[in-house]
Amino acid sequence: MKNRIQTARPHVNRNEKLIFEHSSPGKCGVDLPPLDVPPVSAAEALGEVYRADIEGFPEVSELEVVRHFTRLSTWNYGVDTGLYPLGSCTMKYNPRINEVVARLEGLATDHPYAPEFLAQGCLEVLHQTARCLAEITGMDAVSLQPAAGAQGELTGILMIRAWLEQQGNPRKYILIPDSAHGTNPASVTISGYQMRPLKSDAKGCIDLGELSQAMSQDVAGLMLTNPNTLGIFERQIAEISELVHSRGGLVYMDGANMNALVGVARPADFGVDVMHLNLHKTFTTPHGGGGPGSGPVAVKKFLEPYLPVPTVEKTPDGTFYLNYDRPKTIGRIRTFYGNFGMAVRALAYILANGPEGLRQTTEDAVLNANYVMARLRDVYDLPYDQPCMHECVLSDKRQAARGVRTGDIAKRLIDYGFHPYTTSFPLIVSGAMMIEPTESASKEELDEFIDALRSIAQEIEEEPSFVLEAPCSTRISRLDEAGAARKPVLTWKP
Amino acid sequence: MRYLPNSFHTRQEMLEAAGFRAPEELFAQIPDSLKLHSNLKLPGPMSEPELVEFFQRTAARSSREFVSLLGAGAYSHYRPAAIDALLSRGEFFTAYTPYQAEIAQGTLQAMFEFQTLITQLTGMEVANASLYDGSTATAEAALMASRITRRNRLVVARTLHPEYRQVLATYVRTLGTAVEEISWSASGELNLAVLDSTVNSETAAVIVQSPNFFGIIERVQPIAEVTHRVGALLIVVITEPLSLAILKPPAEADIVCGEAQSFGVPVAFGGPYLGYLATREKFTRQMPGRLVGQTQDREGRRGFVLTLATREQHIRREKATSNICTNQSLCALAATVYLCLLGKQGLRALAEQNFSKAHDAARKLVSEGAASLPMTGAFFNEFVARAPGAAETLLAELQDQKILGGLHLYRFYPEWKDHLLICVTEKVSRSIVDQTVQGFARLAESTPGTPAMLQGRHSRGERG
Amino acid sequence: MSYPAEFLYTKDHEWVLVEADRATIGVTDYAQKELGDVVFVELPRVGDSVTAAQPFGVVESVKAVSDVFAPVSGSVEEVNSRLQDKPELVNSDPHGDGWLIRVRMTDPRGTEKLMAADAYETYLRETQTR
Repeated sequence: MKNRIQTARPHVNRNEKLIFEHSSPGKCGVDLPPLDVPPVSAAEALGEVYRADIEGFPEVSELEVVRHFTRLSTWNYGVDTGLYPLGSCTMKYNPRINEVVARLEGLATDHPYAPEFLAQGCLEVLHQTARCLAEITGMDAVSLQPAAGAQGELTGILMIRAWLEQQGNPRKYILIPDSAHGTNPASVTISGYQMRPLKSDAKGCIDLGELSQAMSQDVAGLMLTNPNTLGIFERQIAEISELVHSRGGLVYMDGANMNALVGVARPADFGVDVMHLNLHKTFTTPHGGGGPGSGPVAVKKFLEPYLPVPTVEKTPDGTFYLNYDRPKTIGRIRTFYGNFGMAVRALAYILANGPEGLRQTTEDAVLNANYVMARLRDVYDLPYDQPCMHECVLSDKRQAARGVRTGDIAKRLIDYGFHPYTTSFPLIVSGAMMIEPTESASKEELDEFIDALRSIAQEIEEEPSFVLEAPCSTRISRLDEAGAARKPVLTWKP
Repeated sequence: MRYLPNSFHTRQEMLEAAGFRAPEELFAQIPDSLKLHSNLKLPGPMSEPELVEFFQRTAARSSREFVSLLGAGAYSHYRPAAIDALLSRGEFFTAYTPYQAEIAQGTLQAMFEFQTLITQLTGMEVANASLYDGSTATAEAALMASRITRRNRLVVARTLHPEYRQVLATYVRTLGTAVEEISWSASGELNLAVLDSTVNSETAAVIVQSPNFFGIIERVQPIAEVTHRVGALLIVVITEPLSLAILKPPAEADIVCGEAQSFGVPVAFGGPYLGYLATREKFTRQMPGRLVGQTQDREGRRGFVLTLATREQHIRREKATSNICTNQSLCALAATVYLCLLGKQGLRALAEQNFSKAHDAARKLVSEGAASLPMTGAFFNEFVARAPGAAETLLAELQDQKILGGLHLYRFYPEWKDHLLICVTEKVSRSIVDQTVQGFARLAESTPGTPAMLQGRHSRGERG
Repeated sequence: MSYPAEFLYTKDHEWVLVEADRATIGVTDYAQKELGDVVFVELPRVGDSVTAAQPFGVVESVKAVSDVFAPVSGSVEEVNSRLQDKPELVNSDPHGDGWLIRVRMTDPRGTEKLMAADAYETYLRETQTR
């Protein structure tokens, strides 16, 4: 098989077993200190509810555990491994210092029910992070309670609902452009609304005419992403907001793409009433293989009374406290105060950069995306031909004619040593190839990536079957996903 | 700007190659009137040493020198060093959701192991790859039960963590779901008679926590009988899953969910934590959240993929089983490492230690005449003690000795004035327990009229 | 694969075979190709009624979910229980063993808006070149 640049190679650990298969009776990976009180027999005290065994539970030594997970880690690709141009996911560098400060004793160890006078440091982190996010978005108040972006959406929509109820009618529908993330419609549904899709115009943006027609007295608001999922800034955002407001609705902005705007423009100025941010995208908290995230919600003044409880506030003498006395609140959305550890990391990132660093970061992210687009548009179709913001969306149109689709090209990129871009999203582009290099990619790395994609385009011209077989350099080849879904095996059985 | 890899010169080169003359042109699509024309008003930039100093100063204004008897849904257990060493591998913590299975087998296999460990502990057949936290897992379980039964009335124990009940209320308020709360009996367990008269053919689920918020272990079987008699599902919430090492799993339940922060995830002022949800196989397609499944590649080698994704928001959009998009992957990894390190023996021994220490503390409090225990039910590592006087006075005195003496239940249950919820994990030494007992005893001495109050165990709270 | 002449077709890519007042319903070869590997089929129960142009079931592949719309109205007499264990029949034999349900039609005139095989093939060509 032809393989032009081979970076990933099989290694000696390729057949690491499941931890259960390393297990044998009598082994243990910890030694407990001796019990310093007289033992109380749980078996006697508990009687019939006492459990005598945890069947199948692993028994391994510490070294075996360390080796097991170290080996597993080598099968993963992370931002630390290389370019991770996964569109819409914003896979940027996660600074190491964030991890260090988040693990400091006092921040990582404080109990959420510790008395407030002993939690001033933690409360200050929450307060200051919220203030920074308010400044960055231009909004008036921020809650850090939502555990992730999707929960931020739910929180925001519930606030819209609460406000509209106060006005006398919660209304029925939320408008969502057809280019939206899947979380948007799902969040709308569990907020008790029905979603109505809004067709994009020929430029991939919201069509004011369509919006005007859809924006009836039954519509609670519009949920939009800006820049949208095509990486295009909604130029008419001010007019859009005005129109929605004039019909009594509110504007929700999905801040998933805020990394294109930090220091350059502020959603508050667009007429946005409520939005969420993803600390794990724009503010470098690690994705962690799929979480934890954090999805703070930012609102205009008139929505502040509806924020989840508690809010973190500061007395005139500089003492921080948790305010539960908020009669109009939508309630609590998560236990305690949200993913506090993520706030620590995000604050560390903001402080490390300062205003100029953040603005330069945005600029680099947008430059990198445009650079990639400019250098690939002659070999891959560009469905919406205009400069992009932080990500660009190409399509497999030319390659599909040779029987090779975006997913195949993505898999082939793995053989070239890169993480694939996002495939098949946004849904409005058939065969989408959504590329978001982020500011963390050097020109050198981008050039290698561009060369790889150009090389693949050439392979498709010459010998498409290579690409259809990809990846061929990984520990395993393409997996039988249909089989996994037809007869699900979700746990190990002895 | 130490995180940015391109120099000024390189940027110029790239701008030119992309067809721009100046950096400002990159933002030409944003109307001028919407642009920010000044710098953001933010602190920074800070070098790394400055950052460390800033956060060390912040961390100092904390209770880090205190020993905590606080539990109530956030448990302080020792975290073996190997956890953070493994979590800090960039391949784990800087990876995305494992959609590209060929280069994400590490995360996928670890999640598969996590799912397996959760089913082993809970006695359920399937578990997902985690949810945000215990409260949202509970809310998701309730929504799931409503989908399965096509009913929308929930019956919830008042001994479910108060914040979980608040989150549940927020989640179901707009969906027209009714929530009824059930009180407890003298033992501190769910009041079965009240449950029996409350459930009916409209009940989607009964939600009960065990050990409950007061630390009392519920007998699941009779609750399950009452629940199943009306065709409702039983959701058992477990916020201290270490208890499962020595407690029979609630096998009669239909959904077991809760918080697994105890397993190697730091207390961290409330988050990030680790929600889990396990259920019976027949309900798999109604589950929220990610699932990892075993399969094979073209050469027949075992591998793992995200599966049954059609339940999820990115495919089913407005018809998805939940809007959840992330899981708590890294926290789930921490739990997986933790559970593997402790293993069958270690986990059981640790649970026994927690049990012994908590019971020793409870015994001393009673035998010294320092406190009474108002509930008679069995408990694991957490129990309610009635202070012999004003709880605030006692807590303040203990704070002077660098002890956080438990949670004043009055905060959530007005009828439990001067009652403390006390958690004794392996991190609380005997001397701390002794100091705490002395604190109680001193208060008893200084409070007139206490001896009468301390006679026998008090049972209160029937009022639910 | 050719499209059987005895079937009628919908714009949503379902087929129906009408025999007196009985109608057998499935998805077309085009639909199964678009979906990819089918992993799960959700069908109504016997006795349920289905309404023309309304969804009656769901076909899931690994990465897509598709509602299946009823070509005609009627009550369900039989569902293809083999699909429980072998959903892949929808892929391997969409016009045969991969059928979904049989209904007793309540209104036999309901078939007027459906396409014959040649019209459906023309429709497919138009859809694909668009």
